[in-house]
Amino acid sequence: MSGRVLVGVKRVIDYAVKIRVKPDNSGVVTDGVKHSMNPFCEIAVEEAVKLKEKKFIKEVVAVSCGPQQAQETIRTALAMGADRGIHVEVTGKDYDTLGPLQVSKIFAALAKKEDAQLLILGKQAIDDDCNQTGQMTAALLDWPQGTFASEVSLEGDKIKVVREIDGGLETIKINTPAVLTADLRLNTPRYATLPNIMKAKKKKIAQVKPADLGVDITSRLEVLRVDEPPQRLAGVTVETVDDLVAKLKESGTI
Amino acid sequence: MLLRKVSQSSALCGSILRIPAGLSRGQRHAGAVVAVQNPRLYASQAAEAVLEKTAAVGSNTAAKVEKTISTESKSYAVNIFKGQIETAQVFPYPSALNEEQEQFLRELVGPVDKFFLEVNDAAKNDALEKVEDDTMQGLKEMGAFGLQVPSDLGGLGLSNTQYARLVEIVGTYDLGVGITLGAHQSIGFKGILLFGNPAQKEKYLPKLATAETIAAFCLTEPASGSDAASIKTTAVQSSCGKFFTLNGSKIWISNGGLAEIFTVFAKTPMKDPKTGEMKDKISAFVVERSFGGVTSGPPEKKMGIKASNTAEVYFDNVRVPADCLLGELGEGFKVAMNILNNGRFGMAAALSGTMKGVINKAVDHAANRTQFGNKIHNYGVIQEKVARMAMLQYVTESMAYMISGNMDSGAKEFQIEAAISKIFASEAAWTVTDECVQVMGGMGYMKDTGLERVMRDLRIFRIFEGTNDILRLFVALNGFQNAGNQLKSLQKALKNPIGNAGMLAGEIAKRAKRKAGLSTGLTLQGTVHPELAQSGELTAKAIEQFGGVTEELLLKHGKKIIDEQFVLSRVADCAIDLYAMVVVLSRASRALSEGSASAQHEKMLCETWCVEAHERILRDIKSLRSSQSRQLYKNMRAISAAVVENGGVVAPPALGF
Repeated sequence: MSGRVLVGVKRVIDYAVKIRVKPDNSGVVTDGVKHSMNPFCEIAVEEAVKLKEKKFIKEVVAVSCGPQQAQETIRTALAMGADRGIHVEVTGKDYDTLGPLQVSKIFAALAKKEDAQLLILGKQAIDDDCNQTGQMTAALLDWPQGTFASEVSLEGDKIKVVREIDGGLETIKINTPAVLTADLRLNTPRYATLPNIMKAKKKKIAQVKPADLGVDITSRLEVLRVDEPPQRLAGVTVETVDDLVAKLKESGTI
Repeated sequence: MLLRKVSQSSALCGSILRIPAGLSRGQRHAGAVVAVQNPRLYASQAAEAVLEKTAAVGSNTAAKVEKTISTESKSYAVNIFKGQIETAQVFPYPSALNEEQEQFLRELVGPVDKFFLEVNDAAKNDALEKVEDDTMQGLKEMGAFGLQVPSDLGGLGLSNTQYARLVEIVGTYDLGVGITLGAHQSIGFKGILLFGNPAQKEKYLPKLATAETIAAFCLTEPASGSDAASIKTTAVQSSCGKFFTLNGSKIWISNGGLAEIFTVFAKTPMKDPKTGEMKDKISAFVVERSFGGVTSGPPEKKMGIKASNTAEVYFDNVRVPADCLLGELGEGFKVAMNILNNGRFGMAAALSGTMKGVINKAVDHAANRTQFGNKIHNYGVIQEKVARMAMLQYVTESMAYMISGNMDSGAKEFQIEAAISKIFASEAAWTVTDECVQVMGGMGYMKDTGLERVMRDLRIFRIFEGTNDILRLFVALNGFQNAGNQLKSLQKALKNPIGNAGMLAGEIAKRAKRKAGLSTGLTLQGTVHPELAQSGELTAKAIEQFGGVTEELLLKHGKKIIDEQFVLSRVADCAIDLYAMVVVLSRASRALSEGSASAQHEKMLCETWCVEAHERILRDIKSLRSSQSRQLYKNMRAISAAVVENGGVVAPPALGF
């Protein structure tokens, strides 16, 4: 086993920012808006670094797809303990239409190229909430997948994964190589310390293009329109249950 | 500190200045030549007075005095005392970060901000009267204790500007933690960074950078606060010369109870090379608690910055190896003043962050609170408060980064500006926070809002690291010293009036014009952005008038100006306003040149500030020239004497009992 883990990290609008829709309804405003690493990707990086510290794996490689700024996100992963980074350059219109299918093709190609033992991703990104990339990548590679992981342990050449599912917790054992996606309770990501950020400056980030990996990133989806959720209308207080029933009949709900 | 020593100095007490009858101010206009001739007597004495004073206490300024005589000063603040505008250090607004430094700094800001937002609990630290253990550990791991230690010794090697930006974040969230960090690195071990030899740096800095050992700055004693030169702690060298025996006690030492490494200032008896007699001069030492004989008292109970440990430190026959001497023997005062001077910009940076934080709270309240049918931010009174807060914050931030930028660009002369920024920042932060409480009304007074803690934390900033009162005297006297030197060189020129006819004619004409209220050609046109031309002119005019009044004061008081504290503090207030005007002119000019989105807003901040500052300065200058003010000072002296003698107010109770 190569002992190499690939971690996907996505640059998204910071969770604390108030999202605004562009006036032409083509998307959300991203210019000048604070961006940071997707919180689930942070958890994924933390897990990979923990595995390395426990000596289960040898190398953590952080990967991000996007324009120049994606390198900032890779640098944060490096400051958290990743060893090197790969920046897959996707810009302009291509970046606007980049979705889980294209990203999973890129990750699949990289996983093969880097002879990865494990691919860890966040379970979903907080901007599109797709929850698809991990699953698609596993399918393309024909690898087992441990998604919504809240606990991961390596046992020999198998992985035990405790998954958070609707019914509760499910424990599975899968072979390696595998794809894991991190859920909220998997771990608490460490704070990047300033000395580590300084050390991260010396770590390498390789640049590749999707074409170099033989991946076609044309999208099969077209976003027609983006709207804000409808304004929540004020409610009406009623005095009695009969009033309530009457109002509900009136609005056609019952 | 410098002042009391002077009045005790017999050399100065004895000489009284005599003003010849012919030199009343009314005559100056017509007898301009006469006026210029007489500076020979007074200005040189004034200059000498200040020089003697500095020599008497063997201070840092001695070194600086030589510099100012021989080279032209690039400091804006120094030059305004001569009625001159030196723009080298103020225009354009410094950008002291190269691309790599800026990129690195951007990466640091996020994690530091996140740590203070999510991990540090300022209210908890205040209640516990210490920094929570987990937070302390997190700060150490984060590298927050070694920001300016060179990276090859385990620190982050940040420049002053980068340090200022991070300290701004700390100031926004928790001043108690800010002081813990600052007492450690901004003054605690700064001496080693500035004056340590390579062996000392290698020995101490790595552990200090990770905060494995914590540092403290030990200068203040029970009987020596502002009068730092009068400290009584002694360090006597052994006959073999290999060690010093340290004895004494220090009070109110930040980190005193936590520190392992102390920068201690003590009187060392040494032989004067010229006279051969034994003199006591101050020397600086690096003292380790592990040397034995070093103990610290319990944490002091304070009004604010409760999370910061403040304690008494006692030295009982501590054996300090000779190689722990920091800097030269007898040069300790210079070390102390340089350390304090070097760290001052950090205070302005931290406080500009504090102000941002409290303003956010106040504005959030004003935008949401409805009274009398409107959100209160629609009312004029609230609008004025918010505007003034915004201006004060803008000036403070502009000062902080101008000074750090100057320092990073290699400027050697910034002590007046640094002192000004400390005075301004501490007073502005107090006013702003006070007004924020006011805007929030009853809510502002409540503990949970967090403002009362900030107010309590802020009070000490006007006191420590040089009380604002002393620093005002420092600003004025330092400025006068340089202006006095110029008059001295004029006196030299007068010895050869024919050879210097051109220069003398110019000087005479300048003074005549000034007296007649005409402009002497001083202008900022072409330096400031065209849209700020008017504010630029207000500044230039104010500097002109200021130069005039400082010269008059020097001529009038001569040496004795040192004792005229009523005058000196007003002069300092003018200098502070003049620096404030120029920093906002510089920053707003940059915003307008860059066409940034906020440029028009910054222009408004700048123009509004300059109009009011100009008014204040002219009012102060008028008061400095008026005989009524002199009467008022006399009255106040008399009132104070009576109240002191009476041990309290003198007027009998209004009711008679």
